Amino acid sequence: MDMSYSITPIDGLFVLALSLLVGFEVIKNIPAVLHTPLMSGSNAISGIILFGGITQLLVTPITDIWTIAAASVAVVLGTINLAGGFFVTHRMLSMFVVKRKPAKETKG
Amino acid sequence: MLMFAYLAATIGLVQGLKFMGEPARAKLGNLVAAVSVLVALVALVLATGWASLANLVLLLVLLGIGTVIGQIWSNRVAMTAMPQLVSIFNGLGGACAVVLGLNQVFGQGDLAGDKLAGTVLLLTNIFGAVAFTGSMVAYMKLDGRKLPRPSQSQKIAARVLLALTLAALAYYLVAPVDMGAFPQLMLAVSIVALLYGIYFALPIGGADMPVVISLLNAMSGVATLFAGLVFHDPVMIIGGILVGATGVILTLQMCVAMNRSLSGVLAGTFKGSGAAQADAEQELRSITAVETASLLAFSKQVAIVPGYGMAVAQAQRECFALQEMLRQQGVDLHFIIHPVAGRMPGHMNVLLAEANIPYASVKEMSEVNNTMEHYDTVLVIGANDVVNPAAENDPDSPIHGMPIIRAYKAKQVIVLKRSTAKGYSGAVNTLFDRQNCKVLFGDAKGSLEEVINELKRI
Repeated sequence: MDMSYSITPIDGLFVLALSLLVGFEVIKNIPAVLHTPLMSGSNAISGIILFGGITQLLVTPITDIWTIAAASVAVVLGTINLAGGFFVTHRMLSMFVVKRKPAKETKG
Repeated sequence: MLMFAYLAATIGLVQGLKFMGEPARAKLGNLVAAVSVLVALVALVLATGWASLANLVLLLVLLGIGTVIGQIWSNRVAMTAMPQLVSIFNGLGGACAVVLGLNQVFGQGDLAGDKLAGTVLLLTNIFGAVAFTGSMVAYMKLDGRKLPRPSQSQKIAARVLLALTLAALAYYLVAPVDMGAFPQLMLAVSIVALLYGIYFALPIGGADMPVVISLLNAMSGVATLFAGLVFHDPVMIIGGILVGATGVILTLQMCVAMNRSLSGVLAGTFKGSGAAQADAEQELRSITAVETASLLAFSKQVAIVPGYGMAVAQAQRECFALQEMLRQQGVDLHFIIHPVAGRMPGHMNVLLAEANIPYASVKEMSEVNNTMEHYDTVLVIGANDVVNPAAENDPDSPIHGMPIIRAYKAKQVIVLKRSTAKGYSGAVNTLFDRQNCKVLFGDAKGSLEEVINELKRI
Protein backbone atom coordinates (compact mmCIF):
# COMPACT_ATOMS: atom_id res chain seq x y z
CA MET A 1 0.00 0.00 0.00
CA ASP A 2 1.20 3.46 -0.78
CA MET A 3 1.67 5.17 2.54
CA SER A 4 2.84 8.46 1.12
CA TYR A 5 0.77 11.58 1.56
CA SER A 6 3.45 14.20 1.05
CA ILE A 7 3.31 16.64 -1.82
CA THR A 8 5.73 18.26 -4.23
CA PRO A 9 6.53 21.99 -4.12
CA ILE A 10 4.35 22.57 -7.19
CA ASP A 11 1.45 20.77 -5.52
CA GLY A 12 2.16 23.00 -2.55
CA LEU A 13 1.74 26.12 -4.65
CA PHE A 14 -1.56 24.83 -6.01
CA VAL A 15 -2.79 24.07 -2.52
CA LEU A 16 -1.59 27.48 -1.42
CA ALA A 17 -3.37 29.43 -4.15
CA LEU A 18 -6.64 27.55 -3.86
CA SER A 19 -6.84 27.55 -0.10
CA LEU A 20 -6.08 31.25 -0.05
CA LEU A 21 -9.27 31.80 -2.03
CA VAL A 22 -11.19 29.38 0.15
CA GLY A 23 -9.84 31.00 3.30
CA PHE A 24 -11.01 34.49 2.46
CA GLU A 25 -14.33 33.20 1.20
CA VAL A 26 -15.04 31.20 4.35
CA ILE A 27 -14.12 33.88 6.81
CA LYS A 28 -15.47 37.14 5.48
CA ASN A 29 -18.67 38.61 6.98
CA ILE A 30 -18.30 37.23 10.46
CA PRO A 31 -20.46 38.97 13.09
CA ALA A 32 -18.52 40.96 15.68
CA VAL A 33 -19.86 38.80 18.48
CA LEU A 34 -17.72 35.92 17.19
CA HIS A 35 -14.50 37.81 16.54
CA THR A 36 -12.79 36.76 19.74
CA PRO A 37 -13.72 33.07 19.55
CA LEU A 38 -12.83 33.01 15.87
CA MET A 39 -9.43 34.45 16.57
CA SER A 40 -8.83 32.14 19.44
CA GLY A 41 -9.98 29.17 17.36
CA SER A 42 -7.87 30.05 14.36
CA ASN A 43 -4.99 30.65 16.74
CA ALA A 44 -5.46 27.08 17.92
CA ILE A 45 -5.34 25.85 14.34
CA SER A 46 -2.01 27.58 13.79
CA GLY A 47 -0.78 25.21 16.49
CA ILE A 48 -0.69 22.45 13.86
CA ILE A 49 2.78 23.74 13.18
CA LEU A 50 3.54 21.11 15.78
CA PHE A 51 3.18 18.53 12.97
CA GLY A 52 6.65 19.58 11.87
CA GLY A 53 7.92 18.81 15.34
CA ILE A 54 6.19 15.42 15.30
CA THR A 55 7.88 14.52 12.03
CA GLN A 56 11.28 15.52 13.37
CA LEU A 57 10.71 13.66 16.61
CA LEU A 58 9.61 10.44 14.93
CA VAL A 59 12.26 10.12 12.22
CA THR A 60 15.33 11.18 14.20
CA PRO A 61 17.23 8.36 15.92
CA ILE A 62 16.57 8.69 19.64
CA THR A 63 20.33 8.80 20.27
CA ASP A 64 20.62 12.10 18.46
CA ILE A 65 20.04 13.96 21.71
CA TRP A 66 20.10 17.57 20.52
CA THR A 67 17.77 17.15 17.59
CA ILE A 68 15.38 15.12 19.71
CA ALA A 69 15.50 17.69 22.51
CA ALA A 70 14.77 20.58 20.18
CA ALA A 71 11.97 18.67 18.49
CA SER A 72 10.55 17.87 21.93
CA VAL A 73 10.49 21.54 22.85
CA ALA A 74 8.73 22.33 19.57
CA VAL A 75 6.15 19.60 20.16
CA VAL A 76 5.32 20.81 23.67
CA LEU A 77 5.07 24.46 22.60
CA GLY A 78 2.90 23.57 19.64
CA THR A 79 0.66 21.28 21.68
CA ILE A 80 0.03 23.98 24.28
CA ASN A 81 -0.95 26.35 21.47
CA LEU A 82 -3.16 23.77 19.81
CA ALA A 83 -4.87 22.13 22.76
CA GLY A 84 -5.05 25.26 24.91
CA GLY A 85 -6.49 27.20 22.01
CA PHE A 86 -9.27 24.70 21.39
CA PHE A 87 -10.09 24.42 25.10
CA VAL A 88 -10.30 28.14 25.63
CA THR A 89 -12.38 28.64 22.50
CA HIS A 90 -14.76 25.97 23.72
CA ARG A 91 -15.01 27.67 27.08
CA MET A 92 -15.72 31.01 25.46
CA LEU A 93 -18.34 29.65 23.10
CA SER A 94 -20.06 27.83 25.94
CA MET A 95 -20.88 31.23 27.39
CA PHE A 96 -22.64 32.31 24.23
CA VAL A 97 -25.30 29.64 24.59
CA VAL A 98 -28.68 31.26 25.15
CA LYS A 99 -29.20 30.88 28.86
CA ARG A 100 -32.28 32.88 29.67
CA LYS A 101 -35.00 30.56 30.94
CA PRO A 102 -38.61 31.76 30.70
CA ALA A 103 -39.45 30.36 34.15
CA LYS A 104 -37.02 32.75 35.75
CA GLU A 105 -38.66 35.80 34.25
CA THR A 106 -42.02 35.40 35.93
CA LYS A 107 -40.47 35.63 39.35
CA GLY A 108 -41.45 38.67 41.41
CA MET B 1 -6.28 5.24 3.62
CA LEU B 2 -4.04 7.89 5.10
CA MET B 3 -4.58 10.12 2.11
CA PHE B 4 -8.28 9.95 2.83
CA ALA B 5 -7.78 10.70 6.50
CA TYR B 6 -5.81 13.77 5.48
CA LEU B 7 -8.44 14.80 3.00
CA ALA B 8 -11.17 14.41 5.61
CA ALA B 9 -9.16 16.45 8.09
CA THR B 10 -8.67 19.21 5.55
CA ILE B 11 -12.36 19.40 4.75
CA GLY B 12 -13.12 19.32 8.46
CA LEU B 13 -10.81 22.26 9.14
CA VAL B 14 -12.41 24.44 6.48
CA GLN B 15 -15.91 23.43 7.53
CA GLY B 16 -15.11 23.91 11.20
CA LEU B 17 -13.85 27.40 10.63
CA LYS B 18 -16.90 28.19 8.53
CA PHE B 19 -19.16 27.03 11.37
CA MET B 20 -17.16 29.17 13.77
CA GLY B 21 -18.43 32.19 11.90
CA GLU B 22 -22.08 31.35 12.59
CA PRO B 23 -23.39 32.06 16.08
CA ALA B 24 -25.57 28.95 16.23
CA ARG B 25 -22.91 26.51 15.11
CA ALA B 26 -19.74 28.12 16.40
CA LYS B 27 -19.27 25.63 19.22
CA LEU B 28 -19.76 22.71 16.86
CA GLY B 29 -17.27 24.33 14.49
CA ASN B 30 -14.62 24.41 17.18
CA LEU B 31 -15.17 20.71 17.91
CA VAL B 32 -15.08 19.81 14.22
CA ALA B 33 -11.79 21.68 13.82
CA ALA B 34 -10.30 20.03 16.91
CA VAL B 35 -11.32 16.54 15.81
CA SER B 36 -9.99 17.19 12.31
CA VAL B 37 -6.61 18.13 13.70
CA LEU B 38 -6.62 15.01 15.84
CA VAL B 39 -7.43 12.80 12.83
CA ALA B 40 -4.67 14.44 10.81
CA LEU B 41 -2.27 13.99 13.71
CA VAL B 42 -2.93 10.27 14.00
CA ALA B 43 -2.65 9.88 10.24
CA LEU B 44 0.63 11.75 10.25
CA VAL B 45 2.11 9.56 12.98
CA LEU B 46 1.01 6.35 11.24
CA ALA B 47 2.30 7.52 7.88
CA THR B 48 5.64 8.73 9.20
CA GLY B 49 6.32 5.64 11.28
CA TRP B 50 8.85 5.78 14.07
CA ALA B 51 12.60 5.23 14.25
CA SER B 52 12.19 3.28 17.48
CA LEU B 53 9.45 2.65 19.99
CA ALA B 54 11.12 5.14 22.30
CA ASN B 55 10.41 7.92 19.78
CA LEU B 56 6.73 7.09 19.78
CA VAL B 57 6.50 6.88 23.55
CA LEU B 58 8.34 10.18 23.92
CA LEU B 59 5.99 11.81 21.43
CA LEU B 60 2.90 10.62 23.26
CA VAL B 61 4.26 11.80 26.59
CA LEU B 62 5.07 15.25 25.18
CA LEU B 63 1.66 15.56 23.55
CA GLY B 64 0.12 14.68 26.91
CA ILE B 65 2.18 17.28 28.76
CA GLY B 66 1.32 20.00 26.28
CA THR B 67 -2.37 19.17 26.38
CA VAL B 68 -2.50 19.20 30.15
CA ILE B 69 -0.67 22.54 30.37
CA GLY B 70 -2.96 24.00 27.72
CA GLN B 71 -6.06 22.80 29.49
CA ILE B 72 -4.98 24.09 32.87
CA TRP B 73 -4.14 27.53 31.49
CA SER B 74 -7.32 27.85 29.52
CA ASN B 75 -9.45 26.89 32.52
CA ARG B 76 -7.72 29.08 35.05
CA VAL B 77 -7.64 32.36 33.22
CA ALA B 78 -10.35 34.95 33.89
CA MET B 79 -12.44 36.03 30.94
CA THR B 80 -11.18 39.57 31.32
CA ALA B 81 -7.66 38.24 30.71
CA MET B 82 -8.64 36.52 27.47
CA PRO B 83 -6.60 38.79 25.19
CA GLN B 84 -3.50 37.98 27.24
CA LEU B 85 -4.05 34.24 26.97
CA VAL B 86 -4.65 34.33 23.23
CA SER B 87 -1.44 36.33 22.88
CA ILE B 88 0.55 33.81 24.88
CA PHE B 89 -0.79 30.87 22.89
CA ASN B 90 -0.04 32.69 19.70
CA GLY B 91 3.48 33.44 20.88
CA LEU B 92 4.10 29.78 21.73
CA GLY B 93 3.08 28.79 18.20
CA GLY B 94 5.59 31.29 16.87
CA ALA B 95 8.31 29.98 19.18
CA CYS B 96 7.53 26.48 17.95
CA ALA B 97 8.16 27.63 14.38
CA VAL B 98 11.54 29.10 15.29
CA VAL B 99 12.69 25.97 17.10
CA LEU B 100 11.49 23.78 14.25
CA GLY B 101 13.25 25.80 11.60
CA LEU B 102 16.55 25.87 13.45
CA ASN B 103 16.30 22.20 14.26
CA GLN B 104 15.67 21.44 10.63
CA VAL B 105 18.88 23.12 9.45
CA PHE B 106 21.18 22.26 12.34
CA GLY B 107 19.91 18.75 12.86
CA GLN B 108 19.33 17.43 9.40
CA GLY B 109 21.22 19.72 7.06
CA ASP B 110 19.78 17.95 4.02
CA LEU B 111 19.11 21.07 2.03
CA ALA B 112 21.67 20.13 -0.62
CA GLY B 113 21.75 23.51 -2.26
CA ASP B 114 18.01 23.77 -2.60
CA LYS B 115 17.47 27.50 -2.63
CA LEU B 116 13.70 27.29 -2.57
CA ALA B 117 13.72 25.12 0.54
CA GLY B 118 16.16 27.49 2.19
CA THR B 119 14.00 30.51 1.41
CA VAL B 120 10.93 28.84 2.81
CA LEU B 121 12.82 27.91 5.97
CA LEU B 122 14.02 31.48 6.41
CA LEU B 123 10.49 32.77 5.97
CA THR B 124 9.15 30.24 8.47
CA ASN B 125 11.55 31.51 11.06
CA ILE B 126 11.08 35.19 10.32
CA PHE B 127 7.32 35.00 10.69
CA GLY B 128 7.53 32.65 13.66
CA ALA B 129 10.04 34.84 15.45
CA VAL B 130 8.05 38.05 14.99
CA ALA B 131 4.86 36.28 16.09
CA PHE B 132 6.68 34.96 19.18
CA THR B 133 8.32 38.08 20.58
CA GLY B 134 5.60 40.39 19.28
CA SER B 135 2.94 38.36 21.07
CA MET B 136 4.96 38.29 24.26
CA VAL B 137 5.28 42.08 24.25
CA ALA B 138 1.56 42.37 23.45
CA TYR B 139 0.86 40.04 26.38
CA MET B 140 2.92 42.18 28.74
CA LYS B 141 1.22 45.35 27.53
CA LEU B 142 -2.23 43.86 27.98
CA ASP B 143 -1.30 42.55 31.38
CA GLY B 144 -0.16 45.99 32.48
CA ARG B 145 3.46 44.98 32.99
CA LYS B 146 6.10 47.68 33.12
CA LEU B 147 7.59 48.22 29.69
CA PRO B 148 9.60 51.04 28.16
CA ARG B 149 7.24 53.78 27.01
CA PRO B 150 6.66 54.08 23.26
CA SER B 151 9.34 56.26 21.77
CA GLN B 152 10.74 57.40 18.46
CA SER B 153 13.93 55.40 18.96
CA GLN B 154 11.93 52.17 19.22
CA LYS B 155 10.33 52.91 15.87
CA ILE B 156 13.73 53.57 14.34
CA ALA B 157 15.12 50.38 15.85
CA ALA B 158 12.16 48.48 14.41
CA ARG B 159 12.82 49.84 10.94
CA VAL B 160 16.52 49.05 11.09
CA LEU B 161 15.86 45.49 12.26
CA LEU B 162 13.25 44.94 9.57
CA ALA B 163 15.64 46.27 6.94
CA LEU B 164 18.36 43.91 8.23
CA THR B 165 16.01 40.94 8.03
CA LEU B 166 14.95 41.75 4.49
CA ALA B 167 18.55 42.45 3.46
CA ALA B 168 19.64 39.05 4.75
CA LEU B 169 16.81 37.41 2.85
CA ALA B 170 17.69 39.29 -0.32
CA TYR B 171 21.36 38.44 0.10
CA TYR B 172 20.53 34.78 0.39
CA LEU B 173 18.42 34.92 -2.76
CA VAL B 174 21.11 36.50 -4.95
CA ALA B 175 24.27 35.09 -3.37
CA PRO B 176 26.00 32.09 -4.94
CA VAL B 177 24.88 28.83 -3.40
CA ASP B 178 26.99 28.01 -0.39
CA MET B 179 24.86 25.91 1.85
CA GLY B 180 27.71 25.36 4.29
CA ALA B 181 27.00 28.64 6.04
CA PHE B 182 23.24 28.34 5.83
CA PRO B 183 22.65 27.27 9.44
CA GLN B 184 24.58 30.32 10.66
CA LEU B 185 22.63 32.61 8.37
CA MET B 186 19.41 31.07 9.61
CA LEU B 187 20.42 31.60 13.23
CA ALA B 188 21.40 35.22 12.62
CA VAL B 189 18.18 35.98 10.77
CA SER B 190 16.13 34.34 13.53
CA ILE B 191 17.79 36.47 16.19
CA VAL B 192 17.28 39.69 14.24
CA ALA B 193 13.65 38.77 13.59
CA LEU B 194 13.13 38.02 17.29
CA LEU B 195 14.44 41.48 18.13
CA TYR B 196 12.30 43.00 15.41
CA GLY B 197 9.21 41.43 16.96
CA ILE B 198 9.95 43.22 20.23
CA TYR B 199 10.46 46.62 18.63
CA PHE B 200 7.52 46.06 16.32
CA ALA B 201 5.09 45.70 19.22
CA LEU B 202 6.62 48.09 21.77
CA PRO B 203 5.61 51.44 20.25
CA ILE B 204 2.00 50.45 19.62
CA GLY B 205 -0.55 51.94 21.99
CA GLY B 206 -3.10 50.09 24.09
CA ALA B 207 -6.26 50.89 22.15
CA ASP B 208 -4.63 49.74 18.91
CA MET B 209 -4.16 46.28 20.38
CA PRO B 210 -7.08 44.69 18.47
CA VAL B 211 -5.21 45.41 15.26
CA VAL B 212 -1.88 44.15 16.54
CA ILE B 213 -3.27 40.94 18.00
CA SER B 214 -5.07 40.12 14.76
CA LEU B 215 -1.93 40.83 12.80
CA LEU B 216 0.29 38.67 15.01
CA ASN B 217 -2.30 35.92 14.70
CA ALA B 218 -2.03 36.18 10.93
CA MET B 219 1.76 35.97 11.20
CA SER B 220 1.76 32.74 13.14
CA GLY B 221 -0.61 31.41 10.50
CA VAL B 222 1.80 32.37 7.76
CA ALA B 223 4.64 30.73 9.72
CA THR B 224 2.57 27.53 9.82
CA LEU B 225 1.97 27.83 6.10
CA PHE B 226 5.69 28.08 5.32
CA ALA B 227 6.47 25.25 7.71
CA GLY B 228 3.88 23.25 5.78
CA LEU B 229 5.88 23.88 2.62
CA VAL B 230 9.06 22.77 4.40
CA PHE B 231 7.49 19.53 5.57
CA HIS B 232 5.38 19.03 2.42
CA ASP B 233 2.32 18.76 4.59
CA PRO B 234 -0.99 19.88 3.02
CA VAL B 235 -2.88 20.14 6.30
CA MET B 236 -0.29 22.55 7.66
CA ILE B 237 -0.47 24.61 4.49
CA ILE B 238 -4.24 24.85 4.50
CA GLY B 239 -4.49 25.41 8.23
CA GLY B 240 -1.84 28.11 8.03
CA ILE B 241 -3.65 29.88 5.24
CA LEU B 242 -6.98 29.78 7.04
CA VAL B 243 -5.37 31.33 10.09
CA GLY B 244 -3.54 33.88 7.98
CA ALA B 245 -6.72 34.83 6.15
CA THR B 246 -8.67 35.18 9.40
CA GLY B 247 -5.97 37.37 10.85
CA VAL B 248 -5.68 39.58 7.78
CA ILE B 249 -9.45 40.04 7.47
CA LEU B 250 -9.85 40.92 11.13
CA THR B 251 -6.87 43.26 10.97
CA LEU B 252 -8.36 45.16 8.06
CA GLN B 253 -11.81 45.27 9.68
CA MET B 254 -10.31 46.75 12.82
CA CYS B 255 -8.45 49.37 10.80
CA VAL B 256 -11.61 50.33 8.93
CA ALA B 257 -13.48 50.58 12.23
CA MET B 258 -10.94 53.15 13.40
CA ASN B 259 -10.58 54.86 10.04
CA ARG B 260 -6.84 54.42 10.29
CA SER B 261 -4.40 52.88 7.90
CA LEU B 262 -2.54 49.77 8.96
CA SER B 263 0.76 51.61 8.56
CA GLY B 264 -0.59 54.41 10.75
CA VAL B 265 -1.42 51.96 13.50
CA LEU B 266 1.97 50.27 13.23
CA ALA B 267 3.75 53.59 13.30
CA GLY B 268 1.71 54.55 16.36
CA THR B 269 0.72 57.89 14.94
CA PHE B 270 -2.48 59.88 14.89
CA LYS B 271 -2.81 62.43 12.17
CA GLY B 272 -2.71 66.08 13.14
CA SER B 273 -2.75 65.62 16.89
CA GLY B 274 -1.53 69.17 17.20
CA ALA B 275 -0.87 71.17 20.33
CA ALA B 276 -4.04 73.20 19.77
CA GLN B 277 -5.97 70.13 20.85
CA ALA B 278 -4.20 69.80 24.10
CA ASP B 279 -5.47 71.99 26.84
CA ALA B 280 -8.82 73.50 26.15
CA GLU B 281 -10.37 73.25 29.59
CA GLN B 282 -13.79 71.63 29.42
CA GLU B 283 -16.59 72.21 31.80
CA LEU B 284 -18.22 68.94 32.74
CA ARG B 285 -21.76 68.79 34.07
CA SER B 286 -21.80 66.16 36.78
CA ILE B 287 -24.71 64.03 37.92
CA THR B 288 -25.23 61.91 41.04
CA ALA B 289 -26.09 58.23 41.21
CA VAL B 290 -29.50 59.12 42.67
CA GLU B 291 -30.34 61.36 39.75
CA THR B 292 -29.06 58.75 37.31
CA ALA B 293 -31.32 56.13 38.86
CA SER B 294 -34.42 58.26 38.55
CA LEU B 295 -33.54 59.17 34.96
CA LEU B 296 -33.23 55.49 34.15
CA ALA B 297 -36.49 54.65 35.90
CA PHE B 298 -38.33 57.19 33.78
CA SER B 299 -36.81 55.96 30.52
CA LYS B 300 -38.34 53.46 28.13
CA GLN B 301 -35.25 52.60 26.10
CA VAL B 302 -31.81 52.62 27.67
CA ALA B 303 -28.46 51.68 26.15
CA ILE B 304 -25.03 51.02 27.58
CA VAL B 305 -21.93 51.72 25.49
CA PRO B 306 -19.12 49.71 27.07
CA GLY B 307 -15.41 50.24 26.51
CA TYR B 308 -12.12 48.96 27.84
CA GLY B 309 -12.81 50.82 31.09
CA MET B 310 -15.66 48.41 31.78
CA ALA B 311 -13.26 45.48 31.52
CA VAL B 312 -10.77 47.19 33.82
CA ALA B 313 -13.44 47.95 36.41
CA GLN B 314 -14.83 44.39 36.02
CA ALA B 315 -18.27 45.97 35.85
CA GLN B 316 -19.93 43.51 33.45
CA ARG B 317 -21.88 41.72 36.19
CA GLU B 318 -23.24 45.01 37.47
CA CYS B 319 -24.33 45.74 33.91
CA PHE B 320 -26.30 42.51 33.94
CA ALA B 321 -27.80 43.31 37.33
CA LEU B 322 -28.83 46.72 36.06
CA GLN B 323 -30.42 45.16 33.01
CA GLU B 324 -32.42 42.72 35.16
CA MET B 325 -33.47 45.49 37.51
CA LEU B 326 -34.65 47.73 34.69
CA ARG B 327 -36.44 44.89 32.96
CA GLN B 328 -38.55 44.32 36.03
CA GLN B 329 -39.54 47.96 35.82
CA GLY B 330 -40.45 47.69 32.16
CA VAL B 331 -37.35 49.43 30.83
CA ASP B 332 -35.50 47.88 27.91
CA LEU B 333 -31.70 47.97 28.08
CA HIS B 334 -29.46 47.37 25.06
CA PHE B 335 -25.70 47.16 24.82
CA ILE B 336 -24.12 48.87 21.84
CA ILE B 337 -20.66 47.70 20.91
CA HIS B 338 -18.13 49.52 18.80
CA PRO B 339 -16.02 47.19 16.63
CA VAL B 340 -12.78 48.21 18.33
CA ALA B 341 -14.02 48.52 21.89
CA GLY B 342 -11.65 46.68 24.22
CA ARG B 343 -8.32 45.10 23.56
CA MET B 344 -9.09 42.41 21.03
CA PRO B 345 -11.73 42.00 18.34
CA GLY B 346 -15.01 41.11 20.02
CA HIS B 347 -13.59 41.58 23.52
CA MET B 348 -16.74 43.26 24.88
CA ASN B 349 -19.03 40.57 23.50
CA VAL B 350 -17.14 37.91 25.42
CA LEU B 351 -17.30 39.82 28.68
CA LEU B 352 -21.03 40.50 28.34
CA ALA B 353 -21.67 36.87 27.48
CA GLU B 354 -19.72 35.83 30.56
CA ALA B 355 -22.04 37.99 32.67
CA ASN B 356 -25.06 36.15 31.19
CA ILE B 357 -26.28 39.13 29.22
CA PRO B 358 -28.58 37.77 26.50
CA TYR B 359 -27.19 37.83 23.00
CA ALA B 360 -30.35 39.49 21.67
CA SER B 361 -29.83 42.66 23.68
CA VAL B 362 -26.28 43.17 22.41
CA LYS B 363 -26.27 45.38 19.31
CA GLU B 364 -23.52 46.17 16.87
CA MET B 365 -22.86 49.81 16.16
CA SER B 366 -24.16 49.64 12.59
CA GLU B 367 -27.47 48.09 13.69
CA VAL B 368 -28.63 50.99 15.81
CA ASN B 369 -26.59 54.00 14.78
CA ASN B 370 -29.29 55.50 12.59
CA THR B 371 -31.93 55.22 15.29
CA MET B 372 -30.00 56.46 18.30
CA GLU B 373 -32.59 59.15 19.04
CA HIS B 374 -34.96 56.41 20.19
CA TYR B 375 -32.85 55.91 23.30
CA ASP B 376 -33.99 57.95 26.26
CA THR B 377 -30.79 57.43 28.20
CA VAL B 378 -27.37 56.17 27.11
CA LEU B 379 -24.79 55.17 29.68
CA VAL B 380 -21.20 55.28 28.45
CA ILE B 381 -19.04 53.02 30.60
CA GLY B 382 -15.29 53.25 30.18
CA ALA B 383 -15.43 54.33 26.55
CA ASN B 384 -14.33 57.67 25.20
CA ASP B 385 -13.08 58.06 21.64
CA VAL B 386 -15.77 55.78 20.22
CA VAL B 387 -18.54 58.22 21.25
CA ASN B 388 -16.69 61.44 20.47
CA PRO B 389 -18.78 63.54 18.02
CA ALA B 390 -15.61 65.37 16.98
CA ALA B 391 -14.91 62.34 14.80
CA GLU B 392 -17.88 63.39 12.68
CA ASN B 393 -17.77 67.17 12.68
CA ASP B 394 -14.28 68.41 13.56
CA PRO B 395 -11.83 67.97 10.69
CA ASP B 396 -8.97 68.97 13.00
CA SER B 397 -9.60 66.20 15.51
CA PRO B 398 -7.06 63.37 15.47
CA ILE B 399 -9.89 60.87 15.22
CA HIS B 400 -11.78 62.69 12.48
CA GLY B 401 -13.44 60.20 10.13
CA MET B 402 -13.57 57.31 12.57
CA PRO B 403 -17.05 55.79 12.69
CA ILE B 404 -18.53 56.43 16.14
CA ILE B 405 -21.56 55.35 18.11
CA ARG B 406 -23.84 58.40 17.93
CA ALA B 407 -24.57 58.48 21.65
CA TYR B 408 -24.97 62.26 21.45
CA LYS B 409 -28.24 61.79 19.55
CA ALA B 410 -29.90 60.14 22.54
CA LYS B 411 -32.11 62.29 24.73
CA GLN B 412 -29.71 62.01 27.65
CA VAL B 413 -26.13 60.74 27.82
CA ILE B 414 -24.44 59.84 31.08
CA VAL B 415 -20.73 59.10 30.99
CA LEU B 416 -19.33 57.05 33.85
CA LYS B 417 -15.83 58.33 34.38
CA ARG B 418 -13.13 57.93 36.93
CA SER B 419 -11.33 61.16 36.10
CA THR B 420 -11.31 63.95 33.58
CA ALA B 421 -8.61 62.23 31.50
CA LYS B 422 -8.88 62.09 27.74
CA GLY B 423 -9.26 58.97 25.64
CA TYR B 424 -6.48 56.99 24.02
CA SER B 425 -6.19 59.31 21.02
CA GLY B 426 -5.77 62.35 23.23
CA ALA B 427 -8.60 64.05 21.36
CA VAL B 428 -10.87 66.44 23.21
CA ASN B 429 -14.23 64.73 23.57
CA THR B 430 -16.79 67.26 22.40
CA LEU B 431 -19.55 65.02 23.71
CA PHE B 432 -19.10 66.74 27.07
CA ASP B 433 -19.91 70.11 25.49
CA ARG B 434 -23.38 68.93 24.58
CA GLN B 435 -26.31 69.99 26.70
CA ASN B 436 -27.64 66.43 26.97
CA CYS B 437 -24.40 65.00 28.39
CA LYS B 438 -23.65 64.57 32.07
CA VAL B 439 -20.83 62.84 33.91
CA LEU B 440 -21.19 60.41 36.79
CA PHE B 441 -17.79 60.45 38.46
CA GLY B 442 -16.36 57.41 40.18
CA ASP B 443 -15.33 53.83 39.58
CA ALA B 444 -17.74 52.24 37.08
CA LYS B 445 -18.45 49.23 39.25
CA GLY B 446 -19.12 51.28 42.36
CA SER B 447 -21.26 53.81 40.50
CA LEU B 448 -23.37 51.08 38.95
CA GLU B 449 -23.89 49.43 42.33
CA GLU B 450 -25.09 52.74 43.76
CA VAL B 451 -27.48 53.23 40.85
CA ILE B 452 -28.84 49.71 41.28
CA ASN B 453 -29.39 50.19 45.02
CA GLU B 454 -31.13 53.46 44.30
CA LEU B 455 -33.38 51.77 41.74
CA LYS B 456 -34.36 49.17 44.32
CA ARG B 457 -35.64 51.93 46.52
CA ILE B 458 -37.73 53.62 43.85
